[in-house]
Amino acid sequence: MEYETVIGLETHVQLKTKSKMFCGCVNLFGSEPNTNVCPVCLGMPGVLPVPNERAMQLTALAGYLLNCEVPGFAKFDRKNYFYPDASKDYQITQFDFPSTTTGHVDFEFGGGIERVRITRAHIEEDVGKSNHFAQHSGVDFNRAGVPLLEIVSEPDLRSADMAYEYLNALKEILIYGGISDCDMEKGMVRCDVNISVRPIGAEELGVKVEIKNMNTFSGMRRAINYEVPRQIETLESGGTLVQETRRWDDIAGITESMRTKEQAHDYRYFPEPDIMPLKPDEAWLTEVRSHIVELPLARKQRFVRDYGIPAQDADVFVGNVALGGFFEKAVEGAKNTKAIANWVINNLQARLIETGTTVDELKFEPAAIRELVGIIDAGTISSKGGQEVFAELFENGGSPVVIVESKGLAQVSESGELEKWCQDAIDSNPGPADDYRNGKENAINFLKGQVMKASRGKANPQVVGETLAKLLKG
Amino acid sequence: MLHELTLSGLTAKLAAKEVSSREAMQACLDRIDAVDGQVNAFMSIDRDDALGQADAADAALAKGNTHAAQPLLGVPISLKDLFCAKGQPANCSSKILGNFLSPYDGTVVRKLRDAGAVLFGRLNMDEFAMGSSTENSAFGRSNNPWDLERVPGGSSGGCAAAVAAQECFGSIGTDTGGSIRQPAALCGCVGLKPTYGRVSRFGVVAFASSLDQVGPLTKDVRDSATLLGAMSGHDPHDSTSVPADVPDYVAELGGDLKGIKLGLPREFLIDGIDPEVRAAFDAAVKQCEALGAEIHEVSMPHTEYGVATYYIVATAEASANLARFDGIRYGDRVDGDDPFSLYCNTRGRGFGEEVKRRIILGTYVLSSGYYDAYYLRAQKARTLIKRDFEQAFETVDALITPTVPAPAFKAGEKMDDPLQMYLSDIFTISCNLAGTCGISLPCGFTSEPKLPIGLQFLGKPFGESQLLQIAHAYEQATPWHTERASL
Repeated sequence: MEYETVIGLETHVQLKTKSKMFCGCVNLFGSEPNTNVCPVCLGMPGVLPVPNERAMQLTALAGYLLNCEVPGFAKFDRKNYFYPDASKDYQITQFDFPSTTTGHVDFEFGGGIERVRITRAHIEEDVGKSNHFAQHSGVDFNRAGVPLLEIVSEPDLRSADMAYEYLNALKEILIYGGISDCDMEKGMVRCDVNISVRPIGAEELGVKVEIKNMNTFSGMRRAINYEVPRQIETLESGGTLVQETRRWDDIAGITESMRTKEQAHDYRYFPEPDIMPLKPDEAWLTEVRSHIVELPLARKQRFVRDYGIPAQDADVFVGNVALGGFFEKAVEGAKNTKAIANWVINNLQARLIETGTTVDELKFEPAAIRELVGIIDAGTISSKGGQEVFAELFENGGSPVVIVESKGLAQVSESGELEKWCQDAIDSNPGPADDYRNGKENAINFLKGQVMKASRGKANPQVVGETLAKLLKG
Repeated sequence: MLHELTLSGLTAKLAAKEVSSREAMQACLDRIDAVDGQVNAFMSIDRDDALGQADAADAALAKGNTHAAQPLLGVPISLKDLFCAKGQPANCSSKILGNFLSPYDGTVVRKLRDAGAVLFGRLNMDEFAMGSSTENSAFGRSNNPWDLERVPGGSSGGCAAAVAAQECFGSIGTDTGGSIRQPAALCGCVGLKPTYGRVSRFGVVAFASSLDQVGPLTKDVRDSATLLGAMSGHDPHDSTSVPADVPDYVAELGGDLKGIKLGLPREFLIDGIDPEVRAAFDAAVKQCEALGAEIHEVSMPHTEYGVATYYIVATAEASANLARFDGIRYGDRVDGDDPFSLYCNTRGRGFGEEVKRRIILGTYVLSSGYYDAYYLRAQKARTLIKRDFEQAFETVDALITPTVPAPAFKAGEKMDDPLQMYLSDIFTISCNLAGTCGISLPCGFTSEPKLPIGLQFLGKPFGESQLLQIAHAYEQATPWHTERASL
């Protein structure tokens, strides 16, 4: 029997805030254990949580970027469970009225555009980190109370690769919107995967297995690629699957059972009485909406469509927003957008990387690239001359036209001087001249080279060719 | 004697330089030495710290600081054992906190300090504020100064007993279902529960977050007004505190009850009220009428659901609030082979019977499959109770009721019957569910033995000023507030 894989993801992303979700402690990775803590995030007696305004804004903004609704009523809830890394032994999260609901993410996969529906994106606090030593364990609460956005997808993913691309697209969107830095090394993105298989054509979903807490995208892909055959083999061999939570062992490359449905926690969710319900008003939402940015895929599609540049070039401008912005200013009113894209990607980007500078620090305006391409296309300078102009432009700024003049880089196309150089070349090289006259057309290239040399590169090669041919044919 | 002064009496003498804060503080300590062996209101006292604060207050007074700017300057005030004050214990009369010392000052503590108060002593209470008698304290019960065989009420029983025994010039308690008003009534002092959101809860160990509110216990209404003014106001550390202006409660006292409409809730005047309490209450109603108040009978049809609703909402919240006492980060710990057994051992030994009972009850009502039947229904009932108050306040300015159906009971009398104990809060509980304000003050005594009887006024949300005016008018027209327990 042929099987179809059904996958949904719950992705936890650390929000880009200065302070933690419910207290003033700094939201910072890599400090000494238990240094970014206070009575509130340590769950001391008598403390109260106060929601971080910035985190609320970022959550709503993320909602808009994921095409979600941002309802006029949301609230926080307590999720109760005992564990040493949970400082209050409950986690503040959002249960039945999350801050954003029902959206979708479009992304490129398998040569087309796929859409994954988003069930919800809600806010919650992170917990501490347990460290186990030989004789004892310790908990570092630096991470406790860090704001997390949990993005829950519908079971719309059909393969490990598709899930992988969805995660990449999601990450790009969140970085774009300034929602999260999504730094994997710092554990800023973690996900839980819900996987089931069903016979192709079946409507009903198979038994769901949840794999918890993966912190790399490739690990997630490997886990799915392990789990799917395991499920299919179990079914094929006449076994039954149980609804359970499994753990991914990244070293062994296997999943193993943590707990079954019967052993599942009863989290006893109830409304967090220490925080008033959230009722965002229109002014607040308008402010949030003013930070909506164009999504990566939309940007790519627009660049290809509006500027007629290749998809790979558009990818560069999606990946490097500042460079893309520079390009957009450079192409204003220009005809040869492809050439401008080439200059920006091949020359400007390369120099920026070499010199470790940013687009903001450039000494010239985007219009200068447009001007440069314009005078090359007009034949005023050669493309080699263009390189010289660009080098000067990058170094000292200015206008390409002025640089051409001051450096004497303009090509010579007028017949007077050019004809003299050509006649000299013919006279000095009778052999190749005769060869040409005898039908060896390639021989003209040698003469051309001599003329270019004599002109120190300033002669317009096209006109040189024409003039030589004219003189040789007499 | 200095300890017999009211708070306002003391500030007048401090301002006039007739007495020093050190003398006042020493008078309290002497009084405690003399009577607290019998009353057992205080769990601990940091005497050096107390006298040091008093000296600092005297220095401030000498420098010219005034009570206009700092209304509590030099006044010794005591705290229920659940307020967090830096470097001081906050045991909540429980064993589970072990030798915990708070690393921070809560907002109420900070505000009282800012107002110049000398904060001293930890007052006994029912463990984690769960109870109506202080019999649930892990450190032994407090005794009612009017009859040491009897309970002072609870959970702020130590607060009421200390004020009634004149061991401090006022105390700060919390009221979740009557925990200020009930002991105030049983000990013959004034107890005020402000509107939810009026006083910050930051730094107050939580019992039931949506019901808890901080308030004063004092010898008279004026003193409660002074303490309320010092503690009130929006707090950025408590997002449930309300950014409403704080009136000058003391300045607004005075006047009679002319034109004031008082509501007599039909459903409160049930069978089972002690006859002497009923008689004192009826007399108080007549007194108010004589002072110019109009008495209207009102209906609060959902009153009967109050106790049940309360014991679902409060225990549900408590089950989560008390989860943090797990032995991991602070407090007492009893080791185990794994985290789960550590929790069981620690909490098994650290919590008392009533706390365990309520955690289990709260855990149950939130459990999957029971949530809708209990917690959700309780929330709906709570809305209806709140609506009862809103409707009543459309026609009357305040409600007038007995505070407690009976006077102080004998220790041990109700310990085997938690339900009977719960019913002693029957008149105070709905005020917390509705989130509005209430005050209890003395309105008479039983004859044999002589035990105080409490009168309760319930006011509109954020209507503390009017509530205090009404209580003050009644108090000033009656002799009850001048009577003291003979110890």
